[in-house]
Amino acid sequence: MSEIVFTNEMDEEMTLNMGPHHPSTHGVLRFIISSDGEIIRKAVPDVGYLHRSIEKIGERCTYSGYMPYTDRVDYIAAMFANEAWASACEKLMDIKVPPRAQYLRVISCELNRIASHMIALGTMAMDAGAVTPFPWCLREREYINDFIEELCGARLTYNYHRIGGVSFDLPKGWADKVKYWLDRFEPIMVEFDRLITLNDIFVKRMANVAVVSAEEAKDWGLVGPNLRASGVPWDLRKADGYSVYSELEFDVPVGKGVMGAVGDCWDRFYVRCEECKVSAKILRQALEKIDEHPEDDLVGKLPKKMKPEGEAYARIEAARGDMGCYVIGRGAEEPYRARFRTGSFNAMGIIEAKSPGLFLADLVALIASFDVVAPEIDR
Amino acid sequence: MSSEEIFKALQAQFGEEAVFDFHPVSDKDRDAWMQVAPWEIEAICLHLRDDREFDFLECLTGVDFPDIQKIVVVYHLYSYPKKERVVLKVFLDREDPAMPTLVNVWSAANWHERECFDLLGVLFEGHPDLRRLLLPDDWEGHPLRKDYEEKADYHGIPTQRPNPIDLFKIKLPEKKDSAAS
Repeated sequence: MSEIVFTNEMDEEMTLNMGPHHPSTHGVLRFIISSDGEIIRKAVPDVGYLHRSIEKIGERCTYSGYMPYTDRVDYIAAMFANEAWASACEKLMDIKVPPRAQYLRVISCELNRIASHMIALGTMAMDAGAVTPFPWCLREREYINDFIEELCGARLTYNYHRIGGVSFDLPKGWADKVKYWLDRFEPIMVEFDRLITLNDIFVKRMANVAVVSAEEAKDWGLVGPNLRASGVPWDLRKADGYSVYSELEFDVPVGKGVMGAVGDCWDRFYVRCEECKVSAKILRQALEKIDEHPEDDLVGKLPKKMKPEGEAYARIEAARGDMGCYVIGRGAEEPYRARFRTGSFNAMGIIEAKSPGLFLADLVALIASFDVVAPEIDR
Repeated sequence: MSSEEIFKALQAQFGEEAVFDFHPVSDKDRDAWMQVAPWEIEAICLHLRDDREFDFLECLTGVDFPDIQKIVVVYHLYSYPKKERVVLKVFLDREDPAMPTLVNVWSAANWHERECFDLLGVLFEGHPDLRRLLLPDDWEGHPLRKDYEEKADYHGIPTQRPNPIDLFKIKLPEKKDSAAS
């Protein structure tokens, strides 16, 4: 980002409206942009178009009855909101999850992570003007959707996890199918790098655009791939080792600024590409190790009546980073307060601060590179 | 350093009126928490950020407790270098919930506080841009308060609708009289 010298006073300023139905805003987001020609002076996000008061709904459902609603927190990666809610309730009520269910959670979540990153990568490339990667990504996502449909019956809003475990075991022959697909998917990711990640035009478009330093990223509460792209090696799967991630071997990809500065749009793209490969590795290990645990041991011992008292905060590494769930119970069947802390919400907050001095076209790249999803901001 | 040690250090530095009421991890409170006086929150958080490396404001939640006439703002702070968490709670008067902003400490507080203002009506004094975030600017009331009642309509758009099951109720064919046939 270069230093911009503004001309005269306010005489050149123009106010533009972008969205809520702009194709590059990923759902219904709106920006009010004051611009000086092509250069943005300020872009103010206007969110809330998808506000569904999920937290208020939580106060009116039973603990387990809230599970289908959590799907709607992030409809592209619904598994993670399921897991966040389940693990918060488990922490609150002190429920142990059997190991097979833990592995099923890891498998379902990693599949979902790849599917979610596929959308992120495809749309990011498309927003920068490259259309071909998008159908490539959607094709792979389609396979995953089929797998998950076979696993839990739904393609988008899964409602698969349960408090204390998961709802279904692996179908027969499912693991082999996924392994067969992984054999195909891993070379495709290498090819994908050749197609777009290391593509000269794409690198020139994305490198050095909207650089977010590590300090800024922490200050604004960025999480997940956005934080790692800024060079902070922080992954809850590694750091907390929740579920059975501590038994699995994997690396944490970090933005290194190979093509430009650390924390630019290209780094955010690159980190997501690498994470897909890491998820594939985790999937292979989990599919091997799950056989060590007896079948049909899917839900832990639950209390007879779910009327907990107290509060708990649990967090997991979702596709868009640290997803926290804070739940307060006061001895009723319904939670007293349910709160979701999501990655996209904070990523939107930083856009207003990052936008001054950017080119209008680079704002699109910035939004796309944060991989924001509207329902996760609005809830 | 455990939460309890941090609590004792904070109490020694800021006094027993500013930091008090420590709850250790128990069957009820799965994360240890402490209460902080609203007027001291900014100084305490600056101290936590600068001297104790709490560089991540993880979550900011508002909770309404009409039975004790309080609105509670809960801060979940985390330290990346030390891998520690501390939970602070600020109890505010329910009739007049106001407290200083933390935007100067963590920028992430900006949107979290706007959301808290929007849904619970907590006024963060000194916030640079305290507008509604999720709801329209002319919305009345704060929905996450326990006594919130939804208006019947918003600009002529009804907020209630008939239950679709009642609308499309399938009428079962009447049973034929077996004796007649």
